[in-house]
Amino acid sequence: MIHLSASEMAAKLVAGETTSVALTQAHLDRIAAVDTDVHAFLFVDTEGALEQARAVDAKRAAGEKLSPLAGLPLALKDVMVQKGVPTTAGSKILEGWRPPYDSTVVSNLKRNDIVILGKTNMDEFAMGSSTENSAYGPTHNPWDLTRIPGGSGGGSSAALAAFEAPLAIGTDTGGSIRQPAAVTGTVGVKPTYGGVSRFGLIAFSSSLDQAGPCARTVLDAALLHEAIAGHDPKDSTSINAPVPAVVKAAKSGDVKGMKIGVVKELNGDGYQSGVRTRFDESLELLAAAGAEIVEVSAPNFEYALAAYYLIAPSECSSNLARFDAMRYGLRVGDVDGASAESVMNLTREVGFGREVKRRIILGTYALSSGYYDAYYGSAQKVRTLITQDFNKAFEKCDVMVSPTCPTTAFKIGEKSDDPIAMYLNDIATIPVNLAGIGGMSLPSGLAPEDGLPVGFQIMAPAMADERMYLVGAALEAALLTKWGAPLLSLAPELVVK
Amino acid sequence: MSSLSRDDVANLARLARIEMSEEELVSLANEFTVILDAVARVQEVAGADVELTSHPLALRNVFRPDVVVPSLTPDEALSGAPAQEESRFRVPQILGEEA
Amino acid sequence: MALTYDDVIAKYEPVLGLEVHVELNTQSKMFCGCSTIFGGQPNTQTCPVCLALPGALPTVNEKAIESTIKIGLALNCSIAPFSRFARKNYFYPDMPKNFQISQYDEPICVNGYVDVEIETDEGPKSFRIEVERVHMEEDTGKSLHVGGATGRIHGAEYSLLDYNRAGIPLVEIVTKIVPGTGKYAPEVAKAYVAELRDILRSLGVSDVKMEQGSLRCDANVSLRLIGAQTLGTRSETKNVNSLRSVERAIRGEMIRHAELLNKGERVVQETRHFQEESGLTRSGRSKEQAEDYRYFPEPDLVPVAPDAAWIETLRAGLPERPSIHRKRLQEAWAVPDKEMAAMINADVLNIVEATVIAGADPTKARSWWLGEISRIANDKDVTIAELNITPADVAEIVALVSAGDLTDKLARQVIEGVIAGEGKPAEVIAARGIKVVNDDGALMAAIEKVCAEQPETAAKIRNGHLPAAGALIGAVMKETKGQADAARVRELLLGHLGQASN
Ligand SMILES: [Mg+2]
Ligand SMILES: [Zn+2]
Repeated sequence: MIHLSASEMAAKLVAGETTSVALTQAHLDRIAAVDTDVHAFLFVDTEGALEQARAVDAKRAAGEKLSPLAGLPLALKDVMVQKGVPTTAGSKILEGWRPPYDSTVVSNLKRNDIVILGKTNMDEFAMGSSTENSAYGPTHNPWDLTRIPGGSGGGSSAALAAFEAPLAIGTDTGGSIRQPAAVTGTVGVKPTYGGVSRFGLIAFSSSLDQAGPCARTVLDAALLHEAIAGHDPKDSTSINAPVPAVVKAAKSGDVKGMKIGVVKELNGDGYQSGVRTRFDESLELLAAAGAEIVEVSAPNFEYALAAYYLIAPSECSSNLARFDAMRYGLRVGDVDGASAESVMNLTREVGFGREVKRRIILGTYALSSGYYDAYYGSAQKVRTLITQDFNKAFEKCDVMVSPTCPTTAFKIGEKSDDPIAMYLNDIATIPVNLAGIGGMSLPSGLAPEDGLPVGFQIMAPAMADERMYLVGAALEAALLTKWGAPLLSLAPELVVK
Repeated sequence: MSSLSRDDVANLARLARIEMSEEELVSLANEFTVILDAVARVQEVAGADVELTSHPLALRNVFRPDVVVPSLTPDEALSGAPAQEESRFRVPQILGEEA
Repeated sequence: MALTYDDVIAKYEPVLGLEVHVELNTQSKMFCGCSTIFGGQPNTQTCPVCLALPGALPTVNEKAIESTIKIGLALNCSIAPFSRFARKNYFYPDMPKNFQISQYDEPICVNGYVDVEIETDEGPKSFRIEVERVHMEEDTGKSLHVGGATGRIHGAEYSLLDYNRAGIPLVEIVTKIVPGTGKYAPEVAKAYVAELRDILRSLGVSDVKMEQGSLRCDANVSLRLIGAQTLGTRSETKNVNSLRSVERAIRGEMIRHAELLNKGERVVQETRHFQEESGLTRSGRSKEQAEDYRYFPEPDLVPVAPDAAWIETLRAGLPERPSIHRKRLQEAWAVPDKEMAAMINADVLNIVEATVIAGADPTKARSWWLGEISRIANDKDVTIAELNITPADVAEIVALVSAGDLTDKLARQVIEGVIAGEGKPAEVIAARGIKVVNDDGALMAAIEKVCAEQPETAAKIRNGHLPAAGALIGAVMKETKGQADAARVRELLLGHLGQASN
């Protein structure tokens, strides 16, 4: 049962062939069986999940009208605040913290009766592309336990790929939903900025962060997208407009006459050959489905990475200032006679990992007087240029596409000493965040040379998220016909303990 | 070529309230030489005529009405406090400026 | 050998810069829905937003924006068509986010002015204080320092933090530099803060209680040799908490600077703290390294871009400017300058006006508030506004006196009763059995009795020695337990003894 898609599980719940309690228990059992190897979860809320499942079953038994995903289990990225449940953002500095409030995403999940299994592992404060920066140890890619599951939301994507949950929540600041989806053979969507509330999402970079759905199919992602999206008065940057009709689009998958723009700059040198093979094959399938493939250019994308690594650290240096040992979280060095300042300094030394410190220092520098214009200011100009590139390209096409990442999953430890090499993972995903538009990654097959999943990225203009689902559903259907079974059925069996 | 000295990093660490060992200061200073070179590329295209985008959304005037909503209880507010006393957060002595 | 103020101004010209922080009187905080009520139990008015819990986001209070625009308009500012919040980054335990949401290079109101008038040796003179900017920001929490002898930071073992005040909307009003006030600098500064306070009060946007910290002034002072062009080094005196202190702090700083300069020493650019007891300032931390606040646009909030229609609606709703209002009242009440000044000084103008609106004669209203009621407030060491007596009560008492139902003396007893919480004037009169004896028959009986008891005095009066009447009137008042109208007693007494009474 755990190998079904969320929609299939939902159908069984509606048909009375199973219960939410049974479904939840099956996933809890799976977690118990494989998570010592995968390490997707930082906290499993056995009691809370079963209690929620019992409540949904009772509602269903009482004949209440329920949402499409009611009763389905979900894995929540630990960056999302959930009342009473340990929330760490992958950092030591928040170890043991139990929030006294729910994020809006969690409220929406609860309102839709989606059962929250627990909190998933991530790079500390979402800073990373491999989940190796978690203070609680790395997550392993279910396709090959020696490899990374992507990051920062490696826990969520690994949980999906390991069949520990059919649905998950991720957050995407520079690719943290899409890149993990790509390297684990799952689907991940970064909605338009402002489409999903950030209230209760522990901020990394406020102008880039966006929560979104992670799933194993495009339709499942769309269903979850609709459950969590919508205007939130608690988030001033939330868009006050109807949620794009993503479920309708995912069910249609009709791309006839759609123009699909291939980004010239996001293909070629630096992209693994198997990644390019799968990308080209996907383009052919989309063309066969009736789409028109055009080439578009985005000359300023080459500056995206540099702009991102100024903007995100700048905002994080300020966002993470609140972790100061005064009101919550870790406190180090509070001995007789110590000053508040020294306790702050020591706590932040011990509580933050290396990458977090690196970015805080970089951001502090980029914002400091005398350097602001050259770094932060210039980065914001690049942001304007990238948005203009997108706008021009979208005059010629309905969606833009590229490989999600230049390579398949690398080995754990392989790039951890080389920040620049690590940052290059996000080269194709970052422009989307800078422009605030939507991006999706779905599996396009396995790279012939290493047998690891490859991701296909679809980018749509702001508030036209449904276009990604149209194209994603079309490609998914074509690939399924070709493969005969979902890609994840090819993943090696995990050892069950 | 942009670079940061060990002392520059120390000053930034002070501003950011992070204690750092000598080894960490030096190694970060070295890394920054590489990182700053990479990020300084933004200056290549950032001409004077390019507008700044500090935010992806062009929203304006998002306000909430002046209405009181329930606060947390003091127990909830203090639930994460490393130390507390008389419903207040207890913190180490604050040196420096007078309150 | 200390310098005198006259020595200072003979040689130096002071240059001022004033920053006033005003807490707005919105119901809820600037960026969250927590209540702003003063004096709540610690940490009962806090939430994820104002405690800066991970994940919390700010939302802007519309009323606070409106109040700020009103303030800008009242201070003759232009309202920016586009303004933004920025983050001012620095670590301090009473500031939960370790940045303050403030405004930096894009404030909402710019380039205004306030005219103030002060009494000079040459008569009343007007000074224009130019306002550089009016911007929005948020207040910090309050710390209680434990273990130190005085509750000050230095020497404390630890601190206790209450974040009820954190996030209360603050408006900061910053002047341009103010040269040219010469020896009147302290008075001009005081008059400016007083005028601001009156304007803010008339707008209804703040409680403007300096003693509760809802209006706070930071005074920048520097000196330069008379005739010099370049500015001297300034000091910034923080949180000066009364009008009188504004004057004292500036005067004190001028003398301190002059003493340093005369000795050939440098004035250190630093923050100083005003000490109420001594009237002197004490050095705060001299910053070993300049703070770098790393301002950048607040990414969690969107720009404020008020449209012209909104601004014009707010402009149309502005009340009369206090200075004009005062002139109008003075004319209507026909009050001489000196008495007007006395009312303004004693801060009774508004309450007198309310009493007049409640029906009292302006002269009577003024004399009760400035006299008896101010005296009681003084005795109790509170402001008249804090006394338990309303303009309507005073108007009622004035009416009773005019009708002859109360004498001034009895009226004082009624006021005392009202303030003591015995009820409204009518209730106090009833409960205390206060009434004027205006039955001439009863008075005549008392007069005859007194004249019989003191025949020699009565004879003197009969012989035209009128000053002697006082003693007999006093005796009659005593006889009638103070409830007689003394004027009527005098009239009857003199008539009784064959004298004309005028
Ligand atoms: Mg300020
Ligand atoms: Zn609050």
